[in-house]
Amino acid sequence: MSDFPRWKYALVAIVLVLGIVYALPNVFLPVPAVQITANRNGTVDQALEQKVTDALKKANVVSTGVELNNDHLLASFTNPDVQKSASDAIKAALGDDYTVAFNLKSTVPHWLTAIGAKSMPLGLDLQGGVHFLMQVDQDDVIDKQETRYADDIRSALREKNIRYDSVVRNGQRGQGVSVVLKSAEDRTAAANLIATDYPDLTLTDGAATGDRFPIIAVVRPDKLRELSVNTIRQNLGTLRNRINALGVSEPIIQQQGDSRIVVELAGVQDTAEAKKIIGATATLEYRSGYGTPQQAIDAQRSGIVPPDARLYKDRDGRPYLLSKNIIVTGDQLVDASSSFDQQSGSPAVSVTLNAAGAKKMLDFTTGNVGKPMGVVYVERVVDTKIVDGKEVRTPKITEEVINYATINGVFGKNFQTTGLRSAKEASELALLLKGGSLAAPVDIVEERVIGPSLGQDNIQKGLRAVTLGLALVLLAAAFYYKLFGLVADVALFFNLVILVAVMSAVGVTLTMPGIAGIVLTLGMAIDANVLICERIREELRNGSSPHASIRAGYDKAWATILDANVTHLIAALALTTMGSGPIKGFGVTLLIGILTSMFTSVTVTHAITALIHGHRKLKTLSV
Amino acid sequence: MEIFNHNANVNFLGMRKFSVGIAILLMLASIALIAVKGLNYGLDFTGGVSLVVDYDQPVQVGDVRAALEKGGMEHAVVQSMGGTKEVSIRLQPKDDPQSGVSTGGKVNLDKIADDVTKTLQAARPDAKLKSRDYVGSAVGEELRSDGIVAAIVVVLGIGLYLGIRFEWRFAVAAIATEAHDALVTVGIFALTQREFDLTVLASVLAVIGYSINDKVVVFDRVRELFRLARKAEPEEILNRSINNTLSRTIITALFTAITMAALYFFGGPVVHGFAITMLIGILVGTLSSIFVASPILLWLGVSKQDLMPKTKENPELARRP
Repeated sequence: MSDFPRWKYALVAIVLVLGIVYALPNVFLPVPAVQITANRNGTVDQALEQKVTDALKKANVVSTGVELNNDHLLASFTNPDVQKSASDAIKAALGDDYTVAFNLKSTVPHWLTAIGAKSMPLGLDLQGGVHFLMQVDQDDVIDKQETRYADDIRSALREKNIRYDSVVRNGQRGQGVSVVLKSAEDRTAAANLIATDYPDLTLTDGAATGDRFPIIAVVRPDKLRELSVNTIRQNLGTLRNRINALGVSEPIIQQQGDSRIVVELAGVQDTAEAKKIIGATATLEYRSGYGTPQQAIDAQRSGIVPPDARLYKDRDGRPYLLSKNIIVTGDQLVDASSSFDQQSGSPAVSVTLNAAGAKKMLDFTTGNVGKPMGVVYVERVVDTKIVDGKEVRTPKITEEVINYATINGVFGKNFQTTGLRSAKEASELALLLKGGSLAAPVDIVEERVIGPSLGQDNIQKGLRAVTLGLALVLLAAAFYYKLFGLVADVALFFNLVILVAVMSAVGVTLTMPGIAGIVLTLGMAIDANVLICERIREELRNGSSPHASIRAGYDKAWATILDANVTHLIAALALTTMGSGPIKGFGVTLLIGILTSMFTSVTVTHAITALIHGHRKLKTLSV
Repeated sequence: MEIFNHNANVNFLGMRKFSVGIAILLMLASIALIAVKGLNYGLDFTGGVSLVVDYDQPVQVGDVRAALEKGGMEHAVVQSMGGTKEVSIRLQPKDDPQSGVSTGGKVNLDKIADDVTKTLQAARPDAKLKSRDYVGSAVGEELRSDGIVAAIVVVLGIGLYLGIRFEWRFAVAAIATEAHDALVTVGIFALTQREFDLTVLASVLAVIGYSINDKVVVFDRVRELFRLARKAEPEEILNRSINNTLSRTIITALFTAITMAALYFFGGPVVHGFAITMLIGILVGTLSSIFVASPILLWLGVSKQDLMPKTKENPELARRP
């Protein structure tokens, strides 16, 4: 019939088929598994497989299969309880040479994964995940702060022409900066200057000997405390940014005690990847070049580096001399994205600086066109080694020149950094830079795999409630709107399928609040059909023919549905973009649900209605 | 089947002084309640105490939770930690009935750890406390400020959309009733002192979404009737709009409430907060759609002229071919 064009039937059919296919992976529940990876001394081979099988047999644990993959062994089990016992048994049998971690083994058929269909990841509350306890290095904060004060005081004295002998940090951390001046007058002048410029410092005069007149400037304890509070807060924020960028939804990021942070990530079993991103403190430093390449080679050979410069190397070991003064650091970055250099086609990171950074960069490039500038990649990792049965952690700082080039023109806010090895590296660096820099380095002091917090019984209760609620609504709709209600029911069912398909494709993490969100979405999705059915009834009451009533019902209801849903969509959009944790997950569910329900409850029901009533002469409508 | 008389013509606008008066009273009462009693914030907002307990023999998380509930600690979060013998427990100090609420503002970590251990040992003697610590809140400062930004964006966005698609009076009426619905829902939480956690917050925001959806349907009918009517007496049009949409307003509320009631009664404790908030919100939102939103429109002076399609009024445009 003319009301409903053929292309729309085709659209409905295509969407329904795609919806079913992409929702399908969720039917194949992943099975609990234990993953065994080798540490330094272990190897993963057939012998290990045999050892694991024997250990399981000895502990009376039934495994559904032990599988040897490239670098790890995966033993699967029927339920999480068996998985736990198995993990305990394997751990006991294998000792410290292997890492035994929980994992999930996907049972989704190959042809589905081949077309990109995947199941929804489950949240921490539904399936557990990994738990990290991180220690914030507060010493580093004090170090940085004292060094900064020393630099500031030095330049302030120089600016005011106060003659000083030296400005250095005291040997012991927290003991402040000692300033040595040449005369008593200079000391008074310096003390006045420091006291007015830096109220956070407490000044005491040291014992004067000959022409040495020292002042000890110590950072006030309350200022230090404030700094450490701010540090941990900034680190929390940075970690949140990074983890949100990782795409793990519903993470838990909490402060614990004074200097610790707990991070829990749902569904992440591969801890190595997560650790790399959350614990990394990679940043970029832009420094001006110093001297000629030959000077750099000489400096490397002789070991004598000019006082204003530092010697760096690039990946291939080539030496570079760069100025000690940093033009801009990663802190001043507001945005970063990976891209490709338009001229060379090599991977690059596009960087946007904040106002202060942009000004510095502009000032520097204005005065230095034609001179070289170097980009230094600074990364800090913590090496853990067992020495005499004790864990010893040594932070290792890697500094590498990734780009050394002549400044071709003046630039400020936006520019590109090339010299990265691969597109993957560029995108990882962009992710880190965008996530902000950590105010102080963090060390992961503990990592664990945790089980679901809700427990199997609660999850089952939740699912039972969902099924029951849906069934009741379906019944009520069919009862109240008869045939049209049944059509709405079919559409509602497809709404659930398409919603699940889209959520799976997008990769939304499913949690208990998320399930509640789905239920709510379905409850509200029926609203569009209520609007349509009520309109059709009104039209019938006004004496329109059945066909005209259907047409007018859909036409008139559409405007209402659109207005109501667009306003609802605005609310959902704000939840999605600005919330985090369960709020965000809920917002995403709502957002997708509104869109899919607009399609199913209007277009799909219209298609079915047209199929049923289209070619028949109607006297009455079952509505 | 029909429940509602489609010829109903209840004079809802006639009771506007009464209904809006109650709405304002409810709002004021909610503000007072939130200010005086405050909300009973959950672990997500306040942070609390984190304990790790070791068992000699394997233990089920459900059993640990049951033991804690028996001791009166109902809101504790229990998770198993890598293996069968270790569990992590997180709770707020006030959940521990013995500790009383923190003495002099300071939380006695030892006391709480002691109480929890004793409670667990009453059920299983092999429970041993392994570590204890304070935890910060899961809701960071930035989330709170982001929440405010989000609220402003929602209000502006909805206002702008309604302003363009309808008219500014509709935007004002929608936002005012919206504020009422959200406030009263939160006010009921302050009154009952039910735990207010992140899930409940999400639910309050969902209430706003539900309620705006509900109001727009009525407003849409108002616009339609104004445009159709030859002689448009605002009060009569508004009354007819409410009556015409009444059956859909209530049926939709019922359908949504059915799902939420199922969630509340059978969904287990985890979704209680969400479901009860939605149920309250659906009730408040439905009532305000019927009794509050339209009277505000009337007072703002909505009229037929405001709603006629703008292009026709512009002589410049009308003259064009």
